[in-house]
Amino acid sequence: MNPFTLLARLVDEAPRRALVLLAVLVAVLLVAPVALDRYLLSVFFLIFWFATVGQAWNVMMGLCGQLSLGHALYVGLGGYVGAVLWVKFGISPAIAIVPAVLVAMAFGAAIGWLGFRFGIEGVYFALLTIAFAEVTRIGFDNWSYVGGAAGFFIPVTAGGGSAINLRGGPLLFYYVALALMVAAFVICAALRRSRLGHAWLAVREDPEAARALGINVFRAKMAAVIVSSAMTAVAGVVYAFYQSNLFPSQSFDIARSIEMILAPIIGGLGTLFGPILGAFILTPLGQTLIALVEKIAGRAIPGVNLVFYGAALMVMIWFAPNGIWPWLKKKLGIPEERS
Amino acid sequence: MLLVHDIDVFHGDAQALDKVSLEVPERCIVAIVGANGAGKTSLIRTIAGMHRPASGTIRFKDRDITGLPSHEVCDLGIGQVAEGRQVFPTLTVAENLAMGAMIQRARGHRARNLERVYAMFPRLLERASQAAGTLSGGEQQMLAIGRCLMGEPELVMFDEPSLGLAPAVVQDVLRTIRDLAEGGLTCVLVEQNVAVSLRLASRGYVLENGRMTLSGTGEELLADDRVRKAYLGM
Repeated sequence: MNPFTLLARLVDEAPRRALVLLAVLVAVLLVAPVALDRYLLSVFFLIFWFATVGQAWNVMMGLCGQLSLGHALYVGLGGYVGAVLWVKFGISPAIAIVPAVLVAMAFGAAIGWLGFRFGIEGVYFALLTIAFAEVTRIGFDNWSYVGGAAGFFIPVTAGGGSAINLRGGPLLFYYVALALMVAAFVICAALRRSRLGHAWLAVREDPEAARALGINVFRAKMAAVIVSSAMTAVAGVVYAFYQSNLFPSQSFDIARSIEMILAPIIGGLGTLFGPILGAFILTPLGQTLIALVEKIAGRAIPGVNLVFYGAALMVMIWFAPNGIWPWLKKKLGIPEERS
Repeated sequence: MLLVHDIDVFHGDAQALDKVSLEVPERCIVAIVGANGAGKTSLIRTIAGMHRPASGTIRFKDRDITGLPSHEVCDLGIGQVAEGRQVFPTLTVAENLAMGAMIQRARGHRARNLERVYAMFPRLLERASQAAGTLSGGEQQMLAIGRCLMGEPELVMFDEPSLGLAPAVVQDVLRTIRDLAEGGLTCVLVEQNVAVSLRLASRGYVLENGRMTLSGTGEELLADDRVRKAYLGM
């Protein structure tokens, strides 16, 4: 199928009101930077970024029903590969994205193969993903070539550098992350309607029944991990260049893995708009809280936003266990997403 | 059409099937009866490629399919309607049916098969955009059967299709199976409803503690003293 008919089909089958909403949102976001200062640009960067990785994680959990609690692994791997290739070999991140994605996919495939081949499911699979992230963190802590625990730094070139090498200010990263978010949405929308997407849904709903229908459950799960890890790694490269520094204790941290999955959970698991909505709600509130606490206490208290996220999650599970998007969708009168 | 020869199946250390043999001729209904835990479901799952037999062979249309993974077995034309219906509860009826046509052999015939299934079960067409979990038990069983037919099977194994259904609905389901068989489908029917299934079947097998203890035509088994005593309470 050529990209144009694919696009036409997506537009055709998605709920009209949701599409209008989306088009308006993208249009506003495209021109918004004229009214935003540096701080707000960086807040928006974080929103887009969390929406992107949330969308990626949602492929595994929301569509295929496989819980990963170690997605920071792919962010870290993508980031390190991109940063090392740029700093040590002068390879532009625009090109380094390819090896970064390949490395993350290889790790994803290894975890998936171990888990799915040997029937490790549910919570035990989640533990496996945590273990892989932790082991990788320890490995990078002790790998002096990439700076070990002291971290790896991307020099900030004078004059801003060039955009293609991801050297620039908040405005550049605003647009890069916006593009990522849109791309992730389009990819997921296309996947959800594909044969693979259908197989994922079947596996999520009932793996035994899926097997009985002749769906290759192992292959579907493997595809989910590989797609998800690849998408996350792209976001990882961008994040590394945004931060200009990488520490194993942050890059592969479980706290980051958890933070990444909150937006899709709160927004609505398995929905296309859920990760975006969740990121738009959580990230600004979290950032406001950080700023507020800093003002009141006179100094930054690390992790205060995580406490808030925890509370938000509990409130959410109490009032709208399926997430905010399914609830909002009903309120707005948008029909179910058809496939 | 299907030839199972001397298969042994183990679940861990426990032996589920002991030298079980079975023959299913084309366009026939073959009933397998037996008590709970006799190994009926194990047998179906083994034929479907979801368990691997420790020994013995399974042949389908003169081809050895022993040990093939389930998705390949399905693609050869062996479908199953699993016990407990197993519809995808949050997906719609139409989506559930689409899931049945994922295998290669069925992809090209999707529209035709869908039309056939809707003609057979008009209720499913009425509820096409409804979540499958909201259907009644009988409707879910229709959906499970319809979904299986979407895979263009030549042989369908029904595992306890009447389990947990109201008596009137049970009749509907069994009539459906009979109609399908008359339309040329080969059926393996595992039923707790021994009398009805043996009456429907041209051939029956009795499975006890993992072994085939009796076999014969439906009438022969219905007339057999051991069957009457053990399963019909006579």
